Amino acid sequence: MSAKPAHAPARMGDPGSGLKLFAIAYLIFIYGPVLFLPLFSFNDSIFVAFPLKSFTTKWYEQAFADEKMIGALISSLQVGGIVAVVSTVLGMFGAKAVTRYQIPGQGLITATIMLPLFIPEIILGISLLILINSVGISLSLITVTIGHIMLCTPFAMAVLSSRLHGFDRSLEEASMDLGETPWMTFWRVTFPLAAPGIVSSLLLTFIVSFDEFLLSFFLAGQEPTLPVYIWSQLRFPNKLPSVLALGALILIASCVLVVVAEWVRQLGTSEQKVGV
Amino acid sequence: MSVSSDHGEMSPGFFDRLRAFYRRSDAAKGYVLLSPVMLTMIALLAAPLILLTLYSFWTQVGLKVDTNVTGDRYRELYEKQAYIDIFWRSIQMSGLVTLVTVGLAYPMAYFVAFGVKKNKFIWLILLTIPFWTSYLLRAFSWKIILGYNGVINSGLISLGAIQEPLSFLLYNQTAVVITLAHAYAAFAILPIYVSLEKIDRTLLEAAADLGDGAWARFWRVTFPLSLPGVIGAAVLIFVPTTGDYVTPALVGGPTGQMIANLIQIQFLKIGDWPLGSALAISAMAGVAILVMLFATALQLAVRRIR
Amino acid sequence: MADNIIRIEKVTKQFAGGAKAVDDAQFNVERGEFFSLLGPSGCGKTTLLRMIAGFEFPTAGEIYIDNQPSALIPAYQRPTNMVFQSYAIFPHLNVFDNIAYGLRKSGLSGGELKRRVNEALGMIKLDGFGARRGDQLSGGQRQRVALARALVKRPKVLLLDEPLGALDKKLREEMQIELRQLQKSVGITFVFVTHDQEEALSMSDRIAVMVKGKVLQIAPPQELYEAPGNVEVASFIGSINLIDVTVKSVGAGEAVLDGAGFGQLRARAIDDLKAGEKLVAAVRPEKLALVSSRPGSGSFVEGTVKASAYLGDRSHYHVFVKGRTTPIYVAAQNAERALTGGFDTTKSVYVTWDWQSLILLRR
Repeated sequence: MSAKPAHAPARMGDPGSGLKLFAIAYLIFIYGPVLFLPLFSFNDSIFVAFPLKSFTTKWYEQAFADEKMIGALISSLQVGGIVAVVSTVLGMFGAKAVTRYQIPGQGLITATIMLPLFIPEIILGISLLILINSVGISLSLITVTIGHIMLCTPFAMAVLSSRLHGFDRSLEEASMDLGETPWMTFWRVTFPLAAPGIVSSLLLTFIVSFDEFLLSFFLAGQEPTLPVYIWSQLRFPNKLPSVLALGALILIASCVLVVVAEWVRQLGTSEQKVGV
Repeated sequence: MSVSSDHGEMSPGFFDRLRAFYRRSDAAKGYVLLSPVMLTMIALLAAPLILLTLYSFWTQVGLKVDTNVTGDRYRELYEKQAYIDIFWRSIQMSGLVTLVTVGLAYPMAYFVAFGVKKNKFIWLILLTIPFWTSYLLRAFSWKIILGYNGVINSGLISLGAIQEPLSFLLYNQTAVVITLAHAYAAFAILPIYVSLEKIDRTLLEAAADLGDGAWARFWRVTFPLSLPGVIGAAVLIFVPTTGDYVTPALVGGPTGQMIANLIQIQFLKIGDWPLGSALAISAMAGVAILVMLFATALQLAVRRIR
Repeated sequence: MADNIIRIEKVTKQFAGGAKAVDDAQFNVERGEFFSLLGPSGCGKTTLLRMIAGFEFPTAGEIYIDNQPSALIPAYQRPTNMVFQSYAIFPHLNVFDNIAYGLRKSGLSGGELKRRVNEALGMIKLDGFGARRGDQLSGGQRQRVALARALVKRPKVLLLDEPLGALDKKLREEMQIELRQLQKSVGITFVFVTHDQEEALSMSDRIAVMVKGKVLQIAPPQELYEAPGNVEVASFIGSINLIDVTVKSVGAGEAVLDGAGFGQLRARAIDDLKAGEKLVAAVRPEKLALVSSRPGSGSFVEGTVKASAYLGDRSHYHVFVKGRTTPIYVAAQNAERALTGGFDTTKSVYVTWDWQSLILLRR
């Protein structure tokens, strides 16, 4: 039985065990600080400080007793829902166009559509503010929705493009060969196969819109979205714990939604091998 | 030339030719599909940015805007040392954040690309989740950690390590850098991971076959091939952080203010939109130029690794 | 005593899951020879090559490279170099830097390095291509760059993993000749892995036939073709007719056998033949001839032509003989020019052969 040399790795490029420790430490670094929010949201004190006092859920009760907060929550849910649907639909058009057809200038057009992901939000915020002001509309949840649509459409298009990219075109061609119109082909073939990507896009754009602060800050009128409301509460020390409670809930909800969205997204990838 | 008035018998007209062209042309179909998105983005992105640029050349007079084109706003900016200082300060802080974030993210991405055999998906999800959660809350969590009565201070005091709370933790540039580095950490991993994952493993075998040990293989093959991912990650962090508002506002204090805070003041407090626009455009242009210089320099430097 | 540059000593490679990719291989490669590992996909030949290169390690046994046990030597320190199946040309370097890659740390002066690389470029007939990058080269050109990159290091053994597989037929044949000439002029030992028998037969000094991890036979091409050691090797190389026979009697170097449908057959005896033993008599299709009238003497059998294929220089015939379900394959040269031809499928024909063309094989 020949011995394997100590310095021959199992596979080319394999890192040592030191890197695994680093990886775990890195994860702790990423998640650690955020965990203080839930931790102190159950602490019976308005100060976020050690040592911990007794356990309480009163901050959660206080948060939900706050009518203004509930109102902001509902506003965010409404805006998020509309934005998710609209940007996913727009993203679907865009993704279909780019993956299915050879369009001259494709690179430039795609880059332009993706631009909001690379421009600092403050710039997007002020320029939209200028536009809205010039057109003469007053600020409200509608203007917030419009701003979010601009921000989320690139996300939707990116998610859906990568989904459609591996799509076997001959499936659609087979459908049309068998007599279906392009419209019905979309519903019977394209849509079911793209469905996981669509669900994933809806969830992710919803999360982006729900958590979005800066654009909303610039574009909101009398009715704030939830992040804008939270921002306004930050300078009140006695409101701090209920903000923590709210924050903890939002974080957990986001995590769950993201996991579901990613799970659904990769769910379909093995399905597409059908017929190959 | 006869012009028939029957419905069904028109000589091939403009619309018929158009329809035939559409059916034949891939590009035409593509454009039609693309039009809703394009129109949306033109209305909501291109038009506002154009207006922004225009505003930067106008003047605020009382409640109205004087639309005579002038470069006065820009001159106002470049003459005031304070603005230039804040610009460079923002660049410095973002640069530091980028360095730290990319530097820490690279080994992490390497670990997932090369070190994880099964369940890569779980690692990737764990690393992407923070990316999608509320940035506001993540920045805020640092405020409560670094605060005078915050987590670190109260923790150290109750452990007996210090008597008085440390006051240098919050409301300065360091706090901004730490918070930004933490908040943007996740952004860096994915681009680097993608480019590492794409590397053909047989290239590493070839390098070994030609005499390279593990470290040499990394520097001469893996790292140069992962460079597009590294540059992508750097740009993805540097550009948004220079224009960040929330973190400097929450934890920056007077010395940690960045460009975005100035812009916000101009727009929502002072009301001098032209000046704010000029500030925004100048900042964007400056950042864009720096990014291009940096990317080119890095590519030239790595090209010498053979 | 042969000068063996590689010694494979009872080498076995077992992967997790139990399957043995290489099963107790034992052979040597002589210095300066063109040695091929031939076998179907999955037979273990590439695994064996990778063990010589150092990318895999044997589960049992030892590989000696130039009389050094290789178990403790990692890939990057071995005096072997490999031409990969996918060529593995570094995409971020141009042709010159690719070829120079392995020489960068060898302490050569800048001028000397340049000279060596340019010499290599000349050898593969790509002078002036130094500045090009991988994606600007054709498949054949990339293959030659991979070759030059490995050879410029002057290894003791060059390992080639199906290097010609991705090339089209004409280019492949050209490269086969070029590689053989190159090997002769450079004098380096080549270990060549392929699944293409014609390739192995035309290029090699010796061939090792591998099936399912086992080395079945090692011999020079002609010996392998004309004197296969067993039925498996015989059927793998080229096509062959197999006839089940029983030994009737053994005489001086000759044996008389009973074959179903063939009556009595005469063949050269092999070692330890006993009367009553069951064997296989094998004969290559090109050693058979077809005639329409019954021969007066010699070995022959009667049958009818059921199918034929005209291939230009030769024709293939399927002849059905009574008592056999499988046809006899006959490959005949079209030595005479004829615009029409072939055999009447209703009439009897006679398959004839020289009795010494029969090979006796054990299963």
